[in-house]
Amino acid sequence: MPFGNTHNKFKMNYSAEQEFPDLSQHNNHMAKVLTLDMYAQLRDKETPSGFTLDDIIQTGVDNPGHPFIMTVGCVAGDEETYDVFKDLMDPVIEDRHGGYKPSDKHKTDLNAENLEGGDDLDPNYVLSSRVRTGRSIRGFCLPPHCSRGERRAIEQLSIEALDSLEGDLKGKYYALKNMTEEEQQQLIDDHFLFDKPVSPLLLASGMARDWPDARGIWHNDNKTFLVWVNEEDHLRVISMQKGGNMREVFTRFCTGLTKIEDLFKNRGHEFMWNEHLGYVLTCPSNLGTGLRAGVHVKLPNVSKHEKFGEILKRLRLQKRGTGGVDTAAVGGVFDISNADRLGFSEVELVQMVVDGVNLLVNMEKRLEAGEAINDLMPEQK
Amino acid sequence: MKEGKMASSFTRILSSKRNVGILSLVGGSVAAGFLLHREHVTAGEPLRRRYPASAEYPDLRKHNNCMASSLTPAIYAKLCDKATPNGYTLDQAIQTGVDNPGHPFIKTVGLVAGDEESYEVFAELLDPVIKERHNGYDPRTMKHPTDLNASKIQSGVFDERYVLSSRVRTGRSIRGLSLPPACTRAERREVERVVVDALSGLKEDLTGKYYSLTLMTEQEQQQLIDDHFLFDKPVSPLLTCAGMARDWPDGRGIWHNNEKTFLIWINEEDHTRVISMEKGGNMKRVFERFCRGLKEVERLIQERGWEFMWNERLGYILTCPSNLGTGLRAGVHVKLPRLSKDPRFSKILDNLRLQKRGTGGVDTAAVGGVFDISNLDRLGQSEVQLVQTVIDGVNYLIECEKRLEKGQDIKVPAPIKQFK
Repeated sequence: MPFGNTHNKFKMNYSAEQEFPDLSQHNNHMAKVLTLDMYAQLRDKETPSGFTLDDIIQTGVDNPGHPFIMTVGCVAGDEETYDVFKDLMDPVIEDRHGGYKPSDKHKTDLNAENLEGGDDLDPNYVLSSRVRTGRSIRGFCLPPHCSRGERRAIEQLSIEALDSLEGDLKGKYYALKNMTEEEQQQLIDDHFLFDKPVSPLLLASGMARDWPDARGIWHNDNKTFLVWVNEEDHLRVISMQKGGNMREVFTRFCTGLTKIEDLFKNRGHEFMWNEHLGYVLTCPSNLGTGLRAGVHVKLPNVSKHEKFGEILKRLRLQKRGTGGVDTAAVGGVFDISNADRLGFSEVELVQMVVDGVNLLVNMEKRLEAGEAINDLMPEQK
Repeated sequence: MKEGKMASSFTRILSSKRNVGILSLVGGSVAAGFLLHREHVTAGEPLRRRYPASAEYPDLRKHNNCMASSLTPAIYAKLCDKATPNGYTLDQAIQTGVDNPGHPFIKTVGLVAGDEESYEVFAELLDPVIKERHNGYDPRTMKHPTDLNASKIQSGVFDERYVLSSRVRTGRSIRGLSLPPACTRAERREVERVVVDALSGLKEDLTGKYYSLTLMTEQEQQQLIDDHFLFDKPVSPLLTCAGMARDWPDGRGIWHNNEKTFLIWINEEDHTRVISMEKGGNMKRVFERFCRGLKEVERLIQERGWEFMWNERLGYILTCPSNLGTGLRAGVHVKLPRLSKDPRFSKILDNLRLQKRGTGGVDTAAVGGVFDISNLDRLGQSEVQLVQTVIDGVNYLIECEKRLEKGQDIKVPAPIKQFK
C-alpha cells in the first residue's frame, strides 16, 4: 500500500519492458538479481494482503546505492512476501547471507547457558555491550505495508505484553506522540529515543508513513532492556549495559525475549518464524536471528594495523562508528559486532563476538606494549 | 485474455462499486472471470486484516492543513473503501497531509489527486478542501472560465526601471494517464513520450529541444543550471510523502525553445509545467507566447489522439488541488524597496489579490528589495482575468513606489472583487 502505484491496474496494460525499472546506475542486491524476465513473471502477483513486486523494489529503484556499500534494495510487506516472491528474494538472500541456499535450514538457539564465557571482556577496553534483534507479529503486515489500524493493533498488543513483564524486566511504555518534554529529554539522554527515519532507504519503502502514530519506546526501570515499537520492524528488542559482561547482556536478552514470546502466545499471537528463514523481518538483511551483538571497544592501535580489515573478516565481525551504522569511529573507539545474521544461531553469533573481541583486546594490549601480533592472527571462521 | 484491457473498457462504468448488476448483463464466463478478478482487486485484499474506519482514522489533532480541517470521521468512513478505476484510495490521497501536520502560519493543502477521477470519487472531501483553499469557490455550484485569448490584455508592458523579469506558469495533465503520485513507470514514460513527441512539432520561435534527466550530458546539465531551468529531485516532504518522487529521475526532463523563453518541465510535480518568461517588463508578450504555445501543444497532442484533463467544474486538473482552474501563476520580479517597508504593504497586496515571495520562489526571502509578486487566485477566474489582475496590480505597486520616492503618500486600494 505504501504508494499510489501499488494497485494501479493500468500497469497491466503495459508490457513488462515498458514497466521495467532503469537499473543501469544501480548497485544493490535487488538490482543485481532482478532481470526483465523475472520482472515479467512476478509483476502481476500479489501476496494475500496485496503487496506487489513494485512495492518490494521501490526502495531499491529510488536508491541506486553506493559504489562501496551494497544495500539490499528490497523489503517485505508481510510474511508471505518471502514466499510469493521467492524467485527474487531467494537469490537476494543467497547473495546477502554468504551463499545461504533455499534448501538450507536455520537454527534458533536462545539458550544463554550454551554460551561459553563472555562475562569478563576487559572493561578497560570494552566500554559497553549490547545485543539487539527484531520480531514480527504473525498475521500483521510489516511496516512498509501496514495500515494505521494494524500498526495501532501491534502497538496495543505489544504494550499489553510488555506491561506484564516482572522483576528486573518491569518497565514502562512511552508513546512517541504522547510523551512529555521531560520524558523526551530523558530518553534522549539515555540514548534510547529513536527519531523519524531520515534515511531515504527507509523513507522510500513507506515505513515512515503516519509518523509518529503508534510508535513508541518501552524500557525496564533499570534501563537495561529496551523495545522499540513500529520503527523499522514491529519490535526491535535491545539488551545493553555498560562494561564487558556480554554474558549477562545476552542472558537478559534471551530471558526477556522468551518471556515476551510467551506473553504474546498467551494472547493468541506468535512471532513470524520458519525453519528456513528463522525470524522474519522487514529487511532481508535481518532474517534468521536478526541479531547484532556488539561492543564499544577501544582499539586505537589495532584499528591502525594494516591487517585490521582482514582480521575482522576472518572473525566474521564488522566495525562501525559509535553512532551506529554509517558513522565514524571517534577516539579509537569502535562498535564491533557480528557480520552474519542468518545461518548461525544466536548463541553461535554471540560466541563469535565474545571470542573475537577477546582476541582483538589481546592484540591491542600487545601492540600497546610494542609487541607483534602475528602469532595471534586468526583462521577464517 | 488480458484482464487489463478488459478493465480499461469498463473503467467509467466501474468507477463506483455498483458493478455487479451491470456486469451481469454482459453475460458468460468472461464476465464471471472478470468479476472474480475485479472482486479480488476492489474487495481490497481478502486476506487482509480489516479494521473499522474508526480504527483507521488518522490522528489529526496536531494538524493544520485543509485536508485535516475537512476530513471528519464520517467522511473518512464513507470514502475509505472506495477506489478510483486505477485503484487509487483515500488513504493514498491523504498520506501527505497525515505525514506533514503543517505549520501554524502556513496552511498547506494536505492531499493530492492520483488521477482525474480522484476529484469525483473523493468529492465529498475534495469539494470542501477546494472551497477552503480557493476562497469560497464552490465546485458543486460554480463554473470555472477558461480564456487563453491574450489579445484581450490591456497594457501589460511594465516600467523596466522596476520590473526585472516577467513570467507566467501553469500545468497540464494528459487525460487517461495517472498523475505523479500514482502513475506507474510505464505511464510516466508514456507522458514523457506523448509530450516530447508533441513538442517536437513546435515551430519558429517555439522550436526547441528536450533534455531527459537520465540522459543529459554534464555540459547540458551545467547549461540548464546556469539558465535557472534545471529542476531537482523534490526534497520537500510535502511532495515526497505523496509518492511523486518515485523512480527518480526516470521519465523526467526539461524541454525549452532555442530562445529560452518557453520552457516545459515533464513529470516533476505534474505531468507538465509550462513556463513562459523573459527578462524585462513585457508581460503582455510573455502571456501571448504562453497562450500561443499552450494552444499549439494542445493541438499537437490532439492530433495524436490525446487531450488535456479539463472540466467546467474545476478547469484544468492538476495533482495538487491548489493548482486547479487555471493552474496559473503570473508574476514579476520587481524592485519595491520603499513600498515593501511600508506597514500597509501586506494590505495593499491583499486587496489587489496579489502575493509576495522571495526571488528564489516559494518559501524564500526577498533580496535587495526585489520581490516576486504574483496572483493569489487560481480557480474561479480565467487566465486573462488573472493576468490582467497582476498587470493592474503591479502597475499600482510601481506607482506607490514612485510616490514614496518623491515623498508623497500612498493609498490602500479598495479590495477588488474575487469572482468576476
